[in-house]
Amino acid sequence: MTLLDFARGPAMQIAIIIFVVGIVWRLVGVWALRQKKDLSEPRQKGAWIGGIKGLFVHAWPYKPFVPKVGTQYIVGYVIHLGLFIVLIFGTPHMLFFADIVGFTWWTLPGGVITAVAVITTLALFIALIKRLVNPVQRMISNFDDYATWFVTTAPFVTGLMTTMGMWPHYETGLAIHLLSVWLLLIYFPFGKLMHSFWFVVSRYTTGSRFARRGGMA
Amino acid sequence: MKEHDLTLGEELRRQGISRRSFLKFCAGVASSMAIPAAMVPAMADSLAQARRQSVIMMAYQECTGCLESLTRSFAPTLENLIFNFVSLDFQHTLQAAAGDQAIEAIQTAMEENWGKYLLLVDGSIPLKDDGIYSVSHGQSHLDSLRELSEGAAAIVSIGTCASFGGVGAANPNPTGAVGVDQIITDKPILNVPGCPPMPEVMTGVLTSFLAFGALPEVDRLKRPKAFFADTIHDRCYRRTFYDQGKFAYSFDDEGARKGWCLYPLGCKGPITHNACATLKFNQGVSWPIQSGHGCIGCSEPDFWDKEGFYKPLSAGQWGTAEGIAIAAAAGVALGAASAVMSRRNQDKISGGK
Repeated sequence: MTLLDFARGPAMQIAIIIFVVGIVWRLVGVWALRQKKDLSEPRQKGAWIGGIKGLFVHAWPYKPFVPKVGTQYIVGYVIHLGLFIVLIFGTPHMLFFADIVGFTWWTLPGGVITAVAVITTLALFIALIKRLVNPVQRMISNFDDYATWFVTTAPFVTGLMTTMGMWPHYETGLAIHLLSVWLLLIYFPFGKLMHSFWFVVSRYTTGSRFARRGGMA
Repeated sequence: MKEHDLTLGEELRRQGISRRSFLKFCAGVASSMAIPAAMVPAMADSLAQARRQSVIMMAYQECTGCLESLTRSFAPTLENLIFNFVSLDFQHTLQAAAGDQAIEAIQTAMEENWGKYLLLVDGSIPLKDDGIYSVSHGQSHLDSLRELSEGAAAIVSIGTCASFGGVGAANPNPTGAVGVDQIITDKPILNVPGCPPMPEVMTGVLTSFLAFGALPEVDRLKRPKAFFADTIHDRCYRRTFYDQGKFAYSFDDEGARKGWCLYPLGCKGPITHNACATLKFNQGVSWPIQSGHGCIGCSEPDFWDKEGFYKPLSAGQWGTAEGIAIAAAAGVALGAASAVMSRRNQDKISGGK
């Protein structure tokens, strides 16, 4: 069995099993928790509207904080959008998903995907440098933050190296790229990458609770 | 002088081939094998002095496709002359002799050229049950290979079966088939994989052996680097479409008609090392990708067992979905157990209120 066969077969299956176990475990574990009882009368009707509003209000920092954290948000958006574009509109990636869902969709030229991946990788490095340079961020950072950064950045770097032919052999590059993605999947449920699932829930909950108490989301 | 004792140079003169034509041929072979141009005259001189090389070609667990491919180089060319110049002392499909006569031919060739003959092997060799699944003239091919390899100067495995086991070794490999280098470890071995292999690679290898008395430089899979260093994808004329993101998604869509990249249709070009993209088959007429089909990776080990010729390289090999369903069920169980423990903890903190 070659490294690529291992990456495409057993490694992928093990990674996906760990990913599914971890994600379902955490989602069920949190959803099955006893809900906090709110005994007070709601101050206003339609707390759910506040929940929906909360989803969008927190998508950009409160105005007085913009000069201080605006860059951080922009870097964050570049990383997330870049990840989305490369993952969904890169042809080899689309083909991976098409094999599961059974249909294909429009993709971007390889050069565009490479450019987006380069920009995203640069944004990831800027985020790391900011974290290391800022004393407060550095102080509140733990292993999880750095591990999350590593498992997110590795697929971009290995993918770019594969596309640009920087490995001795394409199959080696493809195998290492796949393995880096499986590492991301394995780490995903147990670290801060779970925010992909939690951010909607937590923003909605915060917004709706504030609204119930008469506050703004 | 007997025809058998002629040097290649004498044979060329006898057939009226000019030195200029011979040098052109040498330059072509040197170019295809990445031999420096400065070495061409020396190579030509050495080749002209070469005496008829004894070659024994054994067909084991095979389909004769490799031999078909090699004979496709039969055109009135110098390549043909090289093939004719070697003394093919045994090849059971091409020779008239059969039975005891054929076996005598092998014995004679072995005795007369002990330590000097080139052994060409076509087909895989079954190991299971002492190799009983592939037998000729009462002798298993496993024993035949061991016997013949003893007196060989070098061995050339022709085709993917002889090189890596090929289709004979495909899952579940009922005969325990393997390639030559998994049995013979004490002789110089060169693999020329492909299903079928390229005739020009064989010409290059034979020419190199005649000129330099040794097999050419090989890669980690014992394939001649000159022909197997690059991937099909590296040299494919459709590569530009891959880079532009222009693909064929079915064999009759617009992309297929325009000759765009076949990656989504399972082309294994990016992981396949061979020279098809540059040399092509049938004297450069065409090759699989030019005819509209993706590369199936036939010169790589275990190419039959890569979960389908039409599955894109970036797609995973899923096996069954059972594992995922079990994983989801395990996740629910773990989540429920965690929630029970957390609820107990909540109760403990709140004192049951």
